Amino acid sequence: MAFIDNFMAEFQKTFIRDDRYKVFLTGFKNTLLITVISLLVGLVGGILIAIVRYGYSQMKKRKPVTVSQKILHAVVCVVDKILALYVALMRGIPLVVQLLIMAFVVMAGFPNKIVVCCIAMGLNSAAYVSEVVRGGINSVDAGQMEAGRSLGVSSAMTIFYIILPQAFKAALPALCNEGIAVLKETSIVGYIAVVDLTRASDLVRSRTMSPMMPLFFIALVYFLCVIILSWGVSILERRLKQGDRG
Amino acid sequence: MIEVKGLRKDFEGLHVLNGIDYTINQGEKIVVIGPSGSGKSTFLRCLNLLEEPSGGQVWFDGVDITDPKNDIDKMRQKMGMVFQHFNLFPHMTVLDNITFAPVKLKLQTKDEARLNAMRLLKRIGLEDKAGEYPNKLSGGQKQRIAIVRALAMNPEVMLFDEPTSALDPEMVGEVLDLIRELAAEGMTMVIVTHEMGFAKEVATKVLFIDEGVIKEENTPKEFFEHPQNKRLQEFLSKVL
Repeated sequence: MAFIDNFMAEFQKTFIRDDRYKVFLTGFKNTLLITVISLLVGLVGGILIAIVRYGYSQMKKRKPVTVSQKILHAVVCVVDKILALYVALMRGIPLVVQLLIMAFVVMAGFPNKIVVCCIAMGLNSAAYVSEVVRGGINSVDAGQMEAGRSLGVSSAMTIFYIILPQAFKAALPALCNEGIAVLKETSIVGYIAVVDLTRASDLVRSRTMSPMMPLFFIALVYFLCVIILSWGVSILERRLKQGDRG
Repeated sequence: MIEVKGLRKDFEGLHVLNGIDYTINQGEKIVVIGPSGSGKSTFLRCLNLLEEPSGGQVWFDGVDITDPKNDIDKMRQKMGMVFQHFNLFPHMTVLDNITFAPVKLKLQTKDEARLNAMRLLKRIGLEDKAGEYPNKLSGGQKQRIAIVRALAMNPEVMLFDEPTSALDPEMVGEVLDLIRELAAEGMTMVIVTHEMGFAKEVATKVLFIDEGVIKEENTPKEFFEHPQNKRLQEFLSKVL
């Protein structure tokens, strides 16, 4: 009985008194918001980066002859180098440091810190997603591109209709991992004073002086979110399975 | 129809094709044979520029397709290609595999392409597979659908790159039968194959490619019964 009484008291202190559950709610809302927007930015950015870099790898195979081809070739070559550097930087610098740089240098003075978080995390995620999608593209049999081209379909259309759908399917488990990683990485946004789930627990803990309830609670919330996310992806995977090679 | 002039292809210092000159006329069925690594597949793939020639020219319908000013996609629409490993699109149904190119290239409306695809599928007796995904099909069915996919573009010439080499023996027949039918209808074709009996029967001309050049070219009867080239004699004594 003592345990249950204790638990109820802790619960009361952590969530009910002073409407502290509202802090958690705000935190949870912001965690989800930052996760979803960062992932969208990361997905769109990552796929674009992957397409440009794959396009260049295809282009390299054909020697440019006309002037316009040579110019295009040179431009894409430079863009490819820049993107490679971008990916290296994003992967080579701790995300917290990137977030701090974004908040206090690049976007210093920008009023909405949640937007800053989404941009910093989205740009970071784009680098990882681009590598995941590139891996997916490379896993697609070269014969698929040849089949598309042999029918007279342009390389851009073949990439879009033939290569990407298959690459996406191959990359789905890794993309799911990236989604999970972003969700959990949002727990650092407290560094720039955005109230996410983790920050909310900090705020409550500093008032109640009892760490266990708020920390275990947010741990459970993160965990459940990840479970739900993986479950959703596994359904998607099963639906895409129908075209697999037997 | 296809004119090859001084065709060369190097792969990182390796000379795969060393100057091939050949003219393929309308309605001809050219069978290309040769030992593996001889360059016969490369030769075929250079005809529609899946392989970029290192030198020489390929003319198709009076157009130099190796000239980068000419739109290779337009030319490829008239040249069907069938691959050793079928290369069907695994994420599309059989019907979508066939209608994809004609519809996306706006050569046919969706309905026209569908009708045409069903007619072609009926012809090979696979109309009931229209809604299936390729992984549900046997190798022979896949290859026949790959052939039909190429035919859906109404090509002027068909290029076959070892169309039966990846098939189980009992499925070779159904694929060869279909190619035979196309030949009988007058389709111009270039076939790289190891099926000597088939070559003898279908070909109007047989080419022997070795060390990146055409070592012998003759009618099938002369080619197989009185081979002149020493390498060809050796080759035939091994495979026949």
